[in-house]
Amino acid sequence: MRTVYNFLTQTRNHYGLTRSDIATYIYLSLGTLVMAGPLVWLVLSSFKPQSQLVRFPPTLLPYQQQTVTVAGYEEPLELFNVTMDDGTVHQLAQVSRVGLEARMVDPAAPETIYKVKLDQRQPIESLNFGFDNYTRGVEAFDFWKYFRNTLGVTVFATILTLLVNSMAAFGLSKYQFKGRNLIFIIIISTLMIPLSVILIPVFLVISEVGWSNNLLGVIVPAAATPTGVFLLRQYMLTIPDELLDSARIDGASEWRIYWQIVLPLAGPALAVLAIFSVMWRWNDFLWPLIVLSRNDLFTLQVGLNSFQGEFNTQWDLVLAMTVLTLLPVTIAFAFLQRYITTGIATTGMK
Amino acid sequence: MASVPVTKSSTAYRRRRPDWLTDVLDWIMHPVELIFVPIQRRFGTQKMAWFFVLPNLIIFAIFIMLPMLLNFYYAFTGSTNFFPQDRPFVGTSNFTTLLTCENFLQPVTCEQDIFWRAVWNTGVYVFFEVGGIVVISLITAVALNQRIKARGFFRSIFFYPVLLSPVVVALIWKWILQRDGVLNAIIVALGGERVPFLLNSEWARIWVIVVSIWAQMGFYTLILLAGLQAIPPEYYEAAQIDGASHRNTFRYITLPLLMPTMLVVLVLSLIRAVQVFDQSFALTGGGPGTATTYIVQYIYNTGFTSSSRQAGLAAAASVILAAVLMILTLTQLRLGRRTEENS
Amino acid sequence: MRKFAILLTLALMLLGAAAVSGQDAVELRITWYNDGTEGDALRAALDQFEAANPGITVVIDDIGYADPNVYHSTIQAQVESGSPPDLARVNDGFRFAGNYLDLTPLVADALYWTENFSDDVLNSLRVDANDTGIYGFPLGFTITAPFVNRTLFEQAGIEVPSDTKEDVTWEEWAEVSKQVADATGTPFAIAYEPRGHRFWGFAISEGGEWFNADGYFTADSEGFRTAAQAIIDWNQNGLSDPSIWANLPDGPRLAREQFINGQVVFLYSGSFAVGGLASSIADTFDWSAVPNPSGPGGSTGSPGGSLLVGFAGTQHPEEVAKLMDFLTQEDVLGEFSVKSSFLPGHLGLAAAGLEYADNAEILNQLSLEIPKIDEQAYKLQYSKYAFTYNRPIDNRLAQVIAGEITLDDAIAAIQKDVDDAIAATEAS
Repeated sequence: MRTVYNFLTQTRNHYGLTRSDIATYIYLSLGTLVMAGPLVWLVLSSFKPQSQLVRFPPTLLPYQQQTVTVAGYEEPLELFNVTMDDGTVHQLAQVSRVGLEARMVDPAAPETIYKVKLDQRQPIESLNFGFDNYTRGVEAFDFWKYFRNTLGVTVFATILTLLVNSMAAFGLSKYQFKGRNLIFIIIISTLMIPLSVILIPVFLVISEVGWSNNLLGVIVPAAATPTGVFLLRQYMLTIPDELLDSARIDGASEWRIYWQIVLPLAGPALAVLAIFSVMWRWNDFLWPLIVLSRNDLFTLQVGLNSFQGEFNTQWDLVLAMTVLTLLPVTIAFAFLQRYITTGIATTGMK
Repeated sequence: MASVPVTKSSTAYRRRRPDWLTDVLDWIMHPVELIFVPIQRRFGTQKMAWFFVLPNLIIFAIFIMLPMLLNFYYAFTGSTNFFPQDRPFVGTSNFTTLLTCENFLQPVTCEQDIFWRAVWNTGVYVFFEVGGIVVISLITAVALNQRIKARGFFRSIFFYPVLLSPVVVALIWKWILQRDGVLNAIIVALGGERVPFLLNSEWARIWVIVVSIWAQMGFYTLILLAGLQAIPPEYYEAAQIDGASHRNTFRYITLPLLMPTMLVVLVLSLIRAVQVFDQSFALTGGGPGTATTYIVQYIYNTGFTSSSRQAGLAAAASVILAAVLMILTLTQLRLGRRTEENS
Repeated sequence: MRKFAILLTLALMLLGAAAVSGQDAVELRITWYNDGTEGDALRAALDQFEAANPGITVVIDDIGYADPNVYHSTIQAQVESGSPPDLARVNDGFRFAGNYLDLTPLVADALYWTENFSDDVLNSLRVDANDTGIYGFPLGFTITAPFVNRTLFEQAGIEVPSDTKEDVTWEEWAEVSKQVADATGTPFAIAYEPRGHRFWGFAISEGGEWFNADGYFTADSEGFRTAAQAIIDWNQNGLSDPSIWANLPDGPRLAREQFINGQVVFLYSGSFAVGGLASSIADTFDWSAVPNPSGPGGSTGSPGGSLLVGFAGTQHPEEVAKLMDFLTQEDVLGEFSVKSSFLPGHLGLAAAGLEYADNAEILNQLSLEIPKIDEQAYKLQYSKYAFTYNRPIDNRLAQVIAGEITLDDAIAAIQKDVDDAIAATEAS
């Protein structure tokens, strides 16, 4: 019990490896297993062919069964070690399998079909990370098109977000004007109206504006985020007013001040907002689901969801495409993780 | 053209920027300035704030405020027609339909039984999911706050699932929870029987909660970690000097100082939990039966996909949901203000 | 350097704009889904059309039929936002009534259409009795029926009942399938596609009455209860896999996958699935269609069939009509039906009979089921509210199977769901 208390109440001024440190490491290791395990399993499974995926219990690593081309059959057939009735073991290729039996042929003499009971055969397999699922999946799942759509949406939405939110933040932080409080209230109230609440009328508005089935309908509405405005405003408040005043004295226009002084100085906050925006837009699901109904305009998430509905039991393809979908975000994370984690920490505090 | 006064900070920044980028940015700035300057001359400096605030306001107005107002319009009108002008006024009948129940504990007795099932499901989900997140994030934040090696690595591992989209998260777990999936394989290896996790109402609900916690706790862990690290070490030093026990230190120093952050985490996760949809939809589609159908899915089904689209009912449900969210968001803002005042 | 930067920015913006803006090409788009191989059959016909009509390209937009509601809502969204597809394959004809392109003035011979396509089908696209427009044609005539895995019967050494008997009841089929499943180690005995449409026939065969004296929909009848209880029991006793009903939108696909993978003995599906089943099963095992099980009410399945329609909002009405004319020619439609293993919806072709290259035996067997279709089934399918009669049944039965409500509650709820939906539609 004391260890637990120590663990919970440990301060940082403690030297040497204590029991509570060990408890911490154990917890964190278990946590890592729980967090990373499913992902590792996903990736390993994505390399397995369908015949392996339906096997129970599953193997940890991906194995590929040896196949052989047999005269008279279009597709290569899987090889098994079969214990025949007389006790000898032959290598036979499987033509099909139903119920309790499999129909198998000897590759060398494919005319005779043997009916073999399932438990008489052992698959011949070797470790193999096959990319077959990926190549076939990309054919069935228009990955590159969805990727291009999502990339376009993310890039343009982020640029627009940064521009529009920083302008608004600038206006709200560096000016005193009538109606400022009213605008605050409006922006705060939009915090209380998430998409889930305005699903139906949003669809009506987007259709009337003519942006239904148009990627603009996914890019523009998402650009004005209350979180973004507040985040940037907090940061801009720390920019000394003297800078602006001296620029004004020198005759610079407000636009120039915004563009050439405030924006560059707000760089770090802009970077955090950019990262958030990329994350939000890349993973957006509900909004594109409503706006886009044409297949060729789908973003990755919407496409993946409809793909898993279509190819429901073809896990070999679904798993491979899932891995592809999370790859861009993973790569970005690997490079930017420091910014992301510190960004969340600072904004979360506000 | 007047030149911008060169101060230390802006020069420092400029020196790092490549020339061509500066050129491109200037190239964008100049045309806008041409329009801008005459306007500024006309209206004066302070009024130019409107210029900056307007784009944001317009987008909000068109895509958020207008739909919210339309929601009220839809909620008070009936029929299955889509365009507002085709819809007859029905007063509060949509609301009464939604809220009529012989016995609120038995959705089967309600006018809109699916709505009430969704309400109950959402209530239970919110309770356990938010509770789970707060507790697990707290423990993990404390663990990460210790003097351990590779803190950055562990932090990233816990945070990574936050970056994944709800569809990807759902698919990852759907694969694990299959009847012949790896989890059942482990159970069978340990001598148990296979459990059809996603086919059983109770299990499906449990797993939606677990998967949700899995996907989000990293985010809240980071917030709590920042909160823990913001506690000035002097407090702990003083406590140590006074000979306080670890238990008392935690109870009287750490917890109270962490409370504002914990409240932020609580409210943020509450707001998010009430809106659960993407992940559960991708994981179970709302099933089996309606076991994992939550409010937003009810709105989506009723207003969008059902063959007799009852947008009025869906809008009425949206209005109710908006009311709940308003209360939660106002609470969050008030807490945020209080945190700012205290720190 | 400055010029380059400007040009680069311009180029990037243009590229981005091109990627973002929609492409408006001069082409016809057909919103489509595939049950089996009909997409390829259509493509072949379209290629012929394009060759004969240079200047017109036709694109098939396969958006998948994962969920019938979502499929139709997607099209509805496009129609309402003013940019419908030029053509679409629809099952819920009434949903878009009033939005279709009237082909009467545009096609070569309107009489040809009224002579060769049944009134029921043409009516299902019309707004009301005063509407006499021609809006589309049936891609096929479908009938629901069971399929069995003969190889498993063989392995178990049990006879397929319908081989020797005319009338086989559902009970018998359930019992026999269970025996076969046990003997061969097959996980499940029966896979029943979870759709109201597949359920109508079962209930009617068990003596169900779907319409009361006033011709209004009633859910509660003996036949309904018998049929529903049977399905519920199968799910609870291990004869059927509950995951089919747990995942309603995917249900039919899952059921067929089970059959294809040899994991179930008996599949209740329909003639629409033949093409897909055949191409997936190939010669892995022997299978065939069997007559609809019999009961006190008869031995009936449900009729059906998708329609190809044109939308009034199309930019190219003449081209759409041209395409329609082409596709409804007897030789083209005949070839399409043969290639996709569809029973024809064209009355002339049906009377003459088609020579099927693949699956001839199964399709002939299925066409024998057509005369047995009960009047009630026709009434349900070709009613304005066909889809409304469809969905609540599978939703509520799924709830019973999941243990959420009782069968009595489900029946009351189905009645209420249908009443509400009809009232809401009438109010428009």
